[in-house]
Amino acid sequence: MSDTIRDKAAVVGIGQTAFAQSLGRSELDMAIEAILAACADAGLSPRDLDGLVRYDIETTDEENLYAALGQPAIRFFAGTPFGGGGSAAVLVVAATAIAAGMANTVLVYRSRARGRRSSYGAGKHQGGRYWEKLGVELAGLNAWHVPQGLVSAFQEMAMISMRHRIEYGTSDDQYAEVAVAFRSHALRNPAAVMREPMTIADHHASRMVSDPLRLFDCSIETDGAVAMIVTSAERAKDLRQRPAYILAGAMSAGSHHIRLSSYYDHPREIDSPTRVAGQLWAMAGVKPRDVDVAFFYDFFTSLVIIALEEYGFCARGEGGAFVQDGGLAWPHGRLVSNTNGGQLSEAFIHGFNNTVEAVRQIRGTSTAQVVDCELAFVAGGNTDPTGAVLLRS
Amino acid sequence: MPAAAPPPLPVPTLDDREFYAAARRGELCFQRCTACGLFRHYPRPICPRCLSREYSWQRASGRGTVFTWTIVRGPTLPAFEHKLPYNVVDVLLDEGVHFVAEVLDCPPEEIHAGMEVVATFVAVSDEITLVKFRRK
Repeated sequence: MSDTIRDKAAVVGIGQTAFAQSLGRSELDMAIEAILAACADAGLSPRDLDGLVRYDIETTDEENLYAALGQPAIRFFAGTPFGGGGSAAVLVVAATAIAAGMANTVLVYRSRARGRRSSYGAGKHQGGRYWEKLGVELAGLNAWHVPQGLVSAFQEMAMISMRHRIEYGTSDDQYAEVAVAFRSHALRNPAAVMREPMTIADHHASRMVSDPLRLFDCSIETDGAVAMIVTSAERAKDLRQRPAYILAGAMSAGSHHIRLSSYYDHPREIDSPTRVAGQLWAMAGVKPRDVDVAFFYDFFTSLVIIALEEYGFCARGEGGAFVQDGGLAWPHGRLVSNTNGGQLSEAFIHGFNNTVEAVRQIRGTSTAQVVDCELAFVAGGNTDPTGAVLLRS
Repeated sequence: MPAAAPPPLPVPTLDDREFYAAARRGELCFQRCTACGLFRHYPRPICPRCLSREYSWQRASGRGTVFTWTIVRGPTLPAFEHKLPYNVVDVLLDEGVHFVAEVLDCPPEEIHAGMEVVATFVAVSDEITLVKFRRK
């Protein structure tokens, strides 16, 4: 395994802005605040940065960002495609650059002005809902779905969720268990946007937005930015924070499905999350039962249930039963997950706020801290391409 | 159509213009691999199974069943708000391909997996005719 990224890199700095439904700030402004906070947390200057990895769909202008950070000498830069699938893959790319000696202080960040009230212009880089800015002349695979009224990811994921129900009988109560567990975590987290308690009845009373998904099955729409600094495992020992070592990481692409175009043309066993799982557990030499805390890409409650199956925490079709009776809830759940409140209740920063919380769990500084937390699992969105990482103390 | 909310429409490409030409004629056509016989959708210049680049456009039966579905209750694009709530279905056609569309004239509570449907054609512009479905 010496040729992989296993144990070659560590997260040594984390930073974030406030999260809110609308902050009235630009993505660049929020990104800079989070990046400076991450650098300060690590005890580094932005001018120490020599690598940058970000989501392809990040809308902060890269050149403008470099100028704003005092023109660091960047010698490695890369992006991961397709939104939430990248929320763990960005760390895999950063660790790969570090393991290869191509960079030693890599910035990873995500900034989003995505609140419903946060669009400050018609441009795609001016906040707001991306799907409201698709235009009327559709290119690419959007051309096969948007004219039929399937305009956004939540409707696509609703159809995938419905099929999971048709095959396995997944229920409203099981969806609610995910939302209620993560809300209970948000109540402990002062940074979380959603601070009202939620019951299973509250979940069921929320309005249906796209069957079978109710409002409380959906991630929230928020503004905010998060950033991390990744460096070599060797150098991490000399910095001020307890390192969160990247024990293993994996990425997968190839079974493209965004907008359902070919999702049902192949067996679920070759979906990217399932392939990532095989690579990840093999590289790490651990099993799902060894994980102390997990972070799923909770864009929808139903997709957390599906991810549990894809990553081997339970058998296919048994994700619904797994989450019952507080299965994901701190502190006694069978797999405590998304202890920040996740994207359902803390903030929706494309999954990267969950990754930051995984680092806090390894440091021992979460507001829903798992006792003796040594191994944290983080998955990107169960779309394609995607990735996952394991962080260890 | 109202100027405030023009419908988003496909812009045919060199790879898929045959599909739209067929739809204008009232035909549902898919690419079929000459080498292995696989029907495919969306259109692309290679077979995803055997990687052959030889294919022809073949008329499909238009018959299929609902594989999965949703009822969109909003939010949605302004162009579709007038028809909320509306269904979106994934139809598994008899030829083995999946096609995302809408079942016309079917109340939301009656949509279900396995429902038998047949293709129908709705002209929305001079160039674009959308393929929709009706209950069989």
